[in-house]
Amino acid sequence: MEFFETTILVLQSTIRLSVPLIFAALAGLYSERSGVFDIGLEGKMLAGAFAGAAIASLYESAMFGLLGAVIVSMGFALIHAFASITQRGNQIVSGVAINFIAAGATVILGQAWFRQGGRTPSLSSDAKFNAIELPFAAELADVPIIGPIYSDLLSGHFALTYLAFALVPFTWWVLFRTRFGLRLRAVGENPAAVDTAGISVIWLRYRAVLCCGALCGFAGAYLSMAISAGFGKNMTAGSGFIALAALIFAKWKPVNVMLACLLFGFLNAMEIRLQGKELPLIGEIPIQFMQALPYILTVILLAGFIGKAIPPKAGGVPYVKER
Amino acid sequence: MAAPYAKLPKWVDFGLIPVINILVAFLISGLVVWLADESPLQAAGLLIKGAFGYGEGIGYTLFYATSFVFTGLSVAIAIHCGLFNIGSEGQAYIGGIGVALACLAFDSTLPWFLVFPIAIVGAAIFGALWAFIPAYLQAKRGSHIVITTIMFNFIAASLMIYLLVDVFKPDGTMAPQTRGFAEGGQLPRLDWLFGIFGIRTGAAPLNISFLLALMAAFVVWVIIWRTRLGYEIRTRGFSPTAAKYAGINETRVIIITMMISGGLAGMMALNPIMGDQHQMQLDFVAGAGFVGIAVALMGRNHPAGIIPAAILFGVLYQGGAEISFEMPNISRDMIVIIQGLVILFAGALENMFRPFIVMFFAGLQKSNSSSAIEAGE
Repeated sequence: MEFFETTILVLQSTIRLSVPLIFAALAGLYSERSGVFDIGLEGKMLAGAFAGAAIASLYESAMFGLLGAVIVSMGFALIHAFASITQRGNQIVSGVAINFIAAGATVILGQAWFRQGGRTPSLSSDAKFNAIELPFAAELADVPIIGPIYSDLLSGHFALTYLAFALVPFTWWVLFRTRFGLRLRAVGENPAAVDTAGISVIWLRYRAVLCCGALCGFAGAYLSMAISAGFGKNMTAGSGFIALAALIFAKWKPVNVMLACLLFGFLNAMEIRLQGKELPLIGEIPIQFMQALPYILTVILLAGFIGKAIPPKAGGVPYVKER
Repeated sequence: MAAPYAKLPKWVDFGLIPVINILVAFLISGLVVWLADESPLQAAGLLIKGAFGYGEGIGYTLFYATSFVFTGLSVAIAIHCGLFNIGSEGQAYIGGIGVALACLAFDSTLPWFLVFPIAIVGAAIFGALWAFIPAYLQAKRGSHIVITTIMFNFIAASLMIYLLVDVFKPDGTMAPQTRGFAEGGQLPRLDWLFGIFGIRTGAAPLNISFLLALMAAFVVWVIIWRTRLGYEIRTRGFSPTAAKYAGINETRVIIITMMISGGLAGMMALNPIMGDQHQMQLDFVAGAGFVGIAVALMGRNHPAGIIPAAILFGVLYQGGAEISFEMPNISRDMIVIIQGLVILFAGALENMFRPFIVMFFAGLQKSNSSSAIEAGE
């Protein structure tokens, strides 16, 4: 029974830790499937987290905060789109730039506006997202097995958590069952063919990158307004890059993205759980090894040792109408 | 859209356009300073005063610049080969192991001028090895080098925490760092050299690795523009298919270039470890690897451009410290913004102003020729 309770606890924190990864990795999915590489997920999440917490504390409203997070993150996405689609600049360079601008600007503006060492004021419970109890969670709590699974594992999460998981089938539907999705995937594989069909490559890619910005805003809002009550300096702490790793690990497929994010979230949960504990047979695993594991796994995957990760064919290449 | 790629005079291409891009980056940085309720002009004044106003400031400026020359060269040589090495940060971090091992082994038995070459080789080897794996994976298995080097930065960070906490840390101490080095592991300062010019660098940790950085810049220039390897590197960077057609061994060029790049990044570790702190501390790279990206883009991947660009970032680091003293709203993080803006405007948006400049010069030529006709009448 103790093993069961521990499992529930670990899975619960797995869900909590994988939500920002799911948002951000799905964000990257839209952009990269359309042929625009995005290593600026981290920066957009950070900007979204800051804007969300700042606006929520100003207006005492979580919804305003979320809206602000999404708009600011989309603003950064627009810079990336302008640089890499309109100006045909290097998409990697642009992504790196966005990460730095966001990392610096959130601290400088946060310090100038709130004077709390780069933090935003602590959010009251009205201004942040609160956990939702699913119906009958309290009644079912005492039922063996099903009770803990339903009321501890499935219930008691934030609205954003359920949204993240709902977005996975939705994204699959958009990408693989709508006209927009078909064109978006086509533009990432063979933009010239899409152009020949009389569809604007540029407008399609802009829309894909803006979708990416919006979802990064959700990821940021989740970090600063749901699991914590306020923005802290560099609070994304590399999760944008883990999301990028998850996206590659998932071979750019929506359902795989969710599974990869859950895997990386699980590793993170285990890392917190195993800190300083001896394991049978292996002994104590250095916590740093657990931290590096998502990156190591991604490198092994990229090397082609576990299947092969083939990126969208036109990824990273700006589209030139005529040569 | 043929217009933006029309030919321009060389001084416009390599002088005017980069300067305009950098100026725009700084104007927007000024806007951020203004948004943070401080005066951009006053900040600029403080920046110049902090960096050049007194001898110690100059010393610090060049001390920071030393690190950025190494990382800038590291990024630049990879770009010449068409590879974007974001991993200089991690390679510099791992390079520190080589420096630390050399110093820990020999600091009390050998004088510094014997430990220094061993440390240089150690730093270069460790940095190069850390770059070797992504290079091999790119050349042999086609894994995208940008992604693998990002991943290797994070792996390096975890590895170094582990090594410093569990391996290098002497027993009975708390801080995750090696023991302090004895005299053999300390590089001499350059105060005597600048003293000749009447500049007193005082307590600034500017050390002999500054001269090594200048030498490295020259060597990189020789490699890229005066050797067969450099020709192969540039050919691969210009057109991988042409390189293949010309019989250049792509695998070999990629791996060698990345190992040189990693070695240069690793040598950056000499400056803070042997030159300043005399021990290896946690996070001693402190973002210098990423500054290297901005420095390389700003210096247009040429050593002659990288040195001034590195000094400019040295000015920002040192002057930025001065600004944060006087203006509580502006911290060191301002430099991160400027770095990002420089990367954006000198890198991703480098051709944004080009059409306007082409138009301007076309207009100029037209009015010249028409006035010539008028004069001929």
